[in-house]
Amino acid sequence: MLLIDCPWCGPRDEIEFHCGGQSHITRPEPFDQVSDEEWGRYLFYRINPKGVHYERWAHDAGCRRWFNVARNTRTHAILATYKMNEPKPDLSAEGRA
Amino acid sequence: MGRYSALRVLTEGLKGQTGWGPAWRSVRPKPRYDVIIVGGGGHGLATAYYLAKKHGVTNVAVLEAGWIGGGNTGRNTTIVRSNYYYPQSIALYDLSVKLYEKLSVDLNYNVMFSQRGMIISAHSRHDMENAERLVRGMQINGLDVRMMDRAEIAARVPALDCSPNARFPVWGGFCQDRAGPARHDAVVWGYARAADSLGVDIVQNCRVTGFRKNETGRIIGVETSLGDIACDKAAIVVAGHSSELGRAAGFELPITSYALQAFVTEPIKPTLDVVSWSLATGVYISQSDKGGLVFGGALDLYPSYAQRGNLPIGNQVIGAIADLYPSFGRVRLLRHWAGIVDVVHDSSPIIGESPVPGLYMNCGWGTGGFKAIPAGGLLLAHHLATGQPHPIAEPFQLNRFHTGALIDEAAGAGIAH
Repeated sequence: MLLIDCPWCGPRDEIEFHCGGQSHITRPEPFDQVSDEEWGRYLFYRINPKGVHYERWAHDAGCRRWFNVARNTRTHAILATYKMNEPKPDLSAEGRA
Repeated sequence: MGRYSALRVLTEGLKGQTGWGPAWRSVRPKPRYDVIIVGGGGHGLATAYYLAKKHGVTNVAVLEAGWIGGGNTGRNTTIVRSNYYYPQSIALYDLSVKLYEKLSVDLNYNVMFSQRGMIISAHSRHDMENAERLVRGMQINGLDVRMMDRAEIAARVPALDCSPNARFPVWGGFCQDRAGPARHDAVVWGYARAADSLGVDIVQNCRVTGFRKNETGRIIGVETSLGDIACDKAAIVVAGHSSELGRAAGFELPITSYALQAFVTEPIKPTLDVVSWSLATGVYISQSDKGGLVFGGALDLYPSYAQRGNLPIGNQVIGAIADLYPSFGRVRLLRHWAGIVDVVHDSSPIIGESPVPGLYMNCGWGTGGFKAIPAGGLLLAHHLATGQPHPIAEPFQLNRFHTGALIDEAAGAGIAH
């Protein structure tokens, strides 16, 4: 069971949340000059690392707000939670699992 | 090692069981192969087998980081079926069911494919409408599925609570009679033994760490924990670790890896002689030949490489089983595990060329790879040997993620799979 530290509500059980996948994805612009390959990459391609993953979560059963989680996909250890508009924390010291 | 037969069992019995050898050789890799398959699960071994058997390409190595069949092939719930929605999927999965039907004879190894039938129960008017839509679609595409009423389901699945007061009342459902479980280890060992006897080298405890390319970017070899090995072509057939291997080769994939849990109970007397699947809860259950109830349900919906399930989903799956089959509620759980599955957006596989010339892949099966082992192997072997995708594999190329020609089984079948 994950204990997720919502930046708004504090630590809560994982059943209150759902994961929205990889975070920090930027929509390609301008839209009328984006190739099919780039759209496909934006919509479907993901880093999917075995190690530190920066991902979005929503606190469905709490504040219902989105935020970011840095989590190790091999151990499930949560390394940081931070607000949607904050930059990625530097976790290079944690390394890739 | 010789063919297996009833006569052989008899003569070995008379000789004190002294003539059985290992089913496949334990080898050190050669410096060069025509084709290197990365991943010794069902799909990888089947690819090697069909390369040798159908295309005469025998200078082939299967490199496995752990032991063969120790990944998802040893972690699934062994159901083989083809009740998918879209015509491209039915062509693919029904090819696999048909290959499974002949597999024991083909491999000279009993894979125990038991076509006991799969019954999918509907638990509301909306479930029934969805079931009708699925069944009519499958029938139009030539698949032998049929609707069932509540009385027939109650007779075929006595353990399922079909009473009016059930937590999930049964309204009806549908059935594929040719579906059923096969023995997962036997599929792996059968393909390994048959491929080995055709000259394929199976190398266990050999982890692929990188890929070597020439100046044009074409693949010329792989880097492994046992040293560099040269090859003309290579194929990545590693399910949940496809993204990691793809990254090692220099490209990303439209894949997210999730943990999928499975459960088995203590062995009990025969009580369930079909595969039973519930539309409302997404859980399914069958009874193994040893007597254990084997069941599973939804994915743990956050990316994971941990090979263990989380408690909330486990709780949900076990709770649904106990509600649907009240008499199973007191059976004790024996084991619980998870495999790492490679999920793509449309829940359909990728079988064909990767962005790197000479490097191929077979991945994206998500939660449903076991049923497709013979087809995945046959189709990738065709592409490796001829340079062209097999007509059945043509819709399942990587380029569909930018052409938009998705085969959206995630929405089509309306069930987790």
